[in-house]
Amino acid sequence: MGNLNPLGLTRRSFVAVTSVLFVVAALPQKIWAAALRPETAFQTTTLEATFEALGGVPKVSDGIVFSTPDIAENGAVVPVRIEIDTSVLSDVSKIYVIVEKNPNPLAAVFQVPPNTQPYAETRVKVAQTGNLYAVAEANGQLYMMQRETKVTLGGCGG
Amino acid sequence: MHKGFIRGISAVLIGLWSAMLFSETEGVFDEYRAMLGDDNPAIFVIFDGEEIWFTPAGPKSASLEQCDLGLGPGVVEGAYAQLPRYFADVDRVQDVEARLEHCMTQLQGLTPAEVHGKPYSLRGDLGTELEALVAWIADQSSGLAIAPMQAHAKERATYELGERLFYYRAGPHDFSCATCHEQGGRRIRLQTLPNLTTYQGAAEAYSSWPAYRISQGIVRTMGWRMRDCMRQQRMPELVMGSEATVALQTYLAVNGAGAPMAAPGLKR
Amino acid sequence: MASRIRIRAQLKDDYCEVKALMRHPMETGMRKDQSGAAIPANFIEDIQVLHNDVVVVQAYWGAAVSANPFLGVRFKGGAQGDVVKVVWRDNHGDSGSGETTIR
Repeated sequence: MGNLNPLGLTRRSFVAVTSVLFVVAALPQKIWAAALRPETAFQTTTLEATFEALGGVPKVSDGIVFSTPDIAENGAVVPVRIEIDTSVLSDVSKIYVIVEKNPNPLAAVFQVPPNTQPYAETRVKVAQTGNLYAVAEANGQLYMMQRETKVTLGGCGG
Repeated sequence: MHKGFIRGISAVLIGLWSAMLFSETEGVFDEYRAMLGDDNPAIFVIFDGEEIWFTPAGPKSASLEQCDLGLGPGVVEGAYAQLPRYFADVDRVQDVEARLEHCMTQLQGLTPAEVHGKPYSLRGDLGTELEALVAWIADQSSGLAIAPMQAHAKERATYELGERLFYYRAGPHDFSCATCHEQGGRRIRLQTLPNLTTYQGAAEAYSSWPAYRISQGIVRTMGWRMRDCMRQQRMPELVMGSEATVALQTYLAVNGAGAPMAAPGLKR
Repeated sequence: MASRIRIRAQLKDDYCEVKALMRHPMETGMRKDQSGAAIPANFIEDIQVLHNDVVVVQAYWGAAVSANPFLGVRFKGGAQGDVVKVVWRDNHGDSGSGETTIR
């Protein structure tokens, strides 16, 4: 439709230019980052395999305050919030978000240095009604809390 | 007598049951919506729309800065809340999309076919320029009362046409807008259907479009919403900016007049 | 092109709350477009939050994070006027960044 193109097309060229600058500027951090992305865990396709890739089945802990809605209006966007009660669970350095019934259950990992609160909020896709897990790693040990979120289909089609 | 009594009891029971069912589902997404908060990705589309407005385009290489949305050339703030309205230069009532088409053809030299080529995103798209423009223009009326003009005879006639279309049953399913949207307490799956014949229902609906559609990851306009409702009724395609879509939007806007605009909204 | 990240950084009791909204399709690779062709996977896989150029959160994402992703984190030691930056890189090597000051 003439110049009324979808916006995505014009964005590419911008990205190509800025990405070169970005990689150079952020090089030291990139090397650190690339070394630590848990690629194997991201590729797993079952909850058991995901836990195994992270180092075993976590112990249930009340120190993990995991909030998700009981029922989501759309599975494409499900808000999740993980807080750690540091009086129960201290020295948390990583927080994992896992969606049991997704093709790849591991959705996200948040690594926090000591001066950052073990806290994470994001929105994830949930393919179908099932359990979501928040896993916290502290001193090499894994802890978890689970929540069930129901996902629904919208009213009028898509 | 006996039969009638049973029927009466059954009716009461069914009524109670559906009332209970409804109250159980009512507010079921409150927690979900509260957790989403007000971080609405529509903000990016609004920025795009503003940029597109000021960027020269088309054969005449002109921006839309001289576009008159009803409050004078270039006045965008508050314009959306007063649409649809009568425009003397075209002698017809227009919604924001019809008006943008007018400005794009007149100021920028685009052909109507170019504007109509792909006004709304298809599945997998990241948004069209029209959607971005409408998002920005609507955002410029955020918080202002819905106040569609009803002074000119053609504006009142447009409302009446909209009302007739709203109740007009047609298509293979003998459907009308009213089939779903004339009473409260109905829903499709878990989605509550607003009663668009009341102030409250029309106000909530009209004030929240355009909206970021979570399921599609893009901003949809009120024009798209109308067209999709028609598609779901198995009606012929409702053309962007057409007399019919302008009439339906006028019907809704007038029914919801007085409520503050809160668009772009955030929807499932 | 308008900004691809929107960031707010606000001092709370004893921490700074950072909320960021990014513009990204976060394609899983499993969706099809209108013509039925598969849309290739395209998602942010690496994201950092920096406070005065020090990394305070390092996150890794998969394609299951929602389109136009949202990130909320909290760190200590922030002061009004400090710079908070968010940078991301996706699986195609594209990247984006944005910054704001703490208020």
